[in-house]
Amino acid sequence: MTHAIEIAGLHKAFGDNEVLKGIDLTVEPGQVVCVIGPSGSGKSTLLRCVNLLETPTKGKVFVEGVEVTDPDVDIDAVRRRIGMVFQQFNLFPHMTALQNVMIAQRRVLRRSTKEAEIVARENLEKVGVGDKCDSYPGQLSGGQQQRVAIARALAMNPDLMLFDEPTSALDPELVGDVLTVMRKLAEEGMTMLVVTHEMGFAREVADRVVFMDGGVVVEEGPASQVIGDPSQERTKTFLRRVLHPED
Amino acid sequence: MADLPKRAEPARAGLSPRKKQRISRGVQYAVLALALVALVLYADWGSLAQNFAKPGVAREALPDLFTIALRNTIVYTVGGFVFSFLVGLLLALMRLSQVRPYRWIAIVYIEIFRGLPALLIFLMITFLPLALPGFQVPFGTYGQGILGLGLVGAAYQAEVFRAGLQAVPKGQTEAARSLGMSATRAQVTVVIPQAIRMVIPPTTNQFVALLKDSSLVLFLGVSGEYVELAKFGNDLASQYANATPIMVAGVTYLIVTVPLGYLASRLEGRKGRSR
Repeated sequence: MTHAIEIAGLHKAFGDNEVLKGIDLTVEPGQVVCVIGPSGSGKSTLLRCVNLLETPTKGKVFVEGVEVTDPDVDIDAVRRRIGMVFQQFNLFPHMTALQNVMIAQRRVLRRSTKEAEIVARENLEKVGVGDKCDSYPGQLSGGQQQRVAIARALAMNPDLMLFDEPTSALDPELVGDVLTVMRKLAEEGMTMLVVTHEMGFAREVADRVVFMDGGVVVEEGPASQVIGDPSQERTKTFLRRVLHPED
Repeated sequence: MADLPKRAEPARAGLSPRKKQRISRGVQYAVLALALVALVLYADWGSLAQNFAKPGVAREALPDLFTIALRNTIVYTVGGFVFSFLVGLLLALMRLSQVRPYRWIAIVYIEIFRGLPALLIFLMITFLPLALPGFQVPFGTYGQGILGLGLVGAAYQAEVFRAGLQAVPKGQTEAARSLGMSATRAQVTVVIPQAIRMVIPPTTNQFVALLKDSSLVLFLGVSGEYVELAKFGNDLASQYANATPIMVAGVTYLIVTVPLGYLASRLEGRKGRSR
């Protein structure tokens, strides 16, 4: 069986600053893998290397068996199969929610306006913002914007989804709505690679949790093990700080 | 603590800041009043009115002022504006291109046409037929005027667009690309429409600048039906040996430029409020 994502010996440096120092990671189809770790540990960079928003300095990345680090790869074709959700939503502010979800279907998948609209409405409905079709991003709350962004990615029928700290820019009371949508996706069997600070979500939903620190994977395994009973000192320190910030 | 405010006191104790302010304002009014009195006493109002605001001469200018002169000013300006908008966008994209020679070409163009007086460009255009035998600017004088305004305006508009394109957050391109759009597709559907929205206020100012620069068409040696406001005013002024037509032309410019200026600042304000 081909891996959904396979990362081998991945290095990434920005100038002299080496952010990723040899990462190996695989995600199987249908799996939910959460990446946790302190800020600056390279989690987001790792995620962005999967769809080549960052070009790795060394190492290989395969998505469904296709090497995306191959210079001759048709990256646009690979990206069509990878949905990406950003911390800052990145909705297109000059388009309504509906248009946001339709535009790539129209321009990339060449769907008819009619089909694109049907798919868009379905997905907006699915993430619970079906009544916001005609609103512009500026008129929506952060949680609504992020759900539109998820619908926008889903409308492309991706095989896997990347989530880059999807709830970090949200007001606390809006986090739940977005996590509910993500939980639903996971239950439907979507392959997901999620960078998150939501330990509760990781513990409940993730098949595997990866703890990163200083550009390397320190520990990985089932959530119950990595979060529940970590073996590495660095993991323990991090979790203590995240779970009991007052101590 | 107690002596801190004391140290801030001016050396001339006794004059409170408020009192000093009042004196300063009084002096300013006194200077203004003196200047007005001098103006009234020494200016020859009769002669001024004769030369700059003679009703009879102003009436002579009337139908043609709007039907020919203002119309042509608008033709030159709108034409030059469309030219500079399109070429300016192209230059801005070249200026930000990954391809280095494109960047160089754009930089050289922008520096040259912003650095030269617009008048010089217009003078050179009149020599184009000599430099390129057989070459004719299409649409005759209109074409020449539009070309001159467009060449200069494009350089400024390119910098306006560059600022707009750079102001679109990088995440917008990333979102578009991660949906599978090509780099070009992402620019066209996501980045450029947002950049254009952002540059509407400075572009309105550019339009006003072009409108004023359209007076340089005067130096193309135009006549008759091609005459725009400045040339029109100047010709009539020579004819009557009286400056009134130039004043009339000036007022006509203001009728257009002042509302546009207000529009630009209102658009600016609206942009500040949203997002």
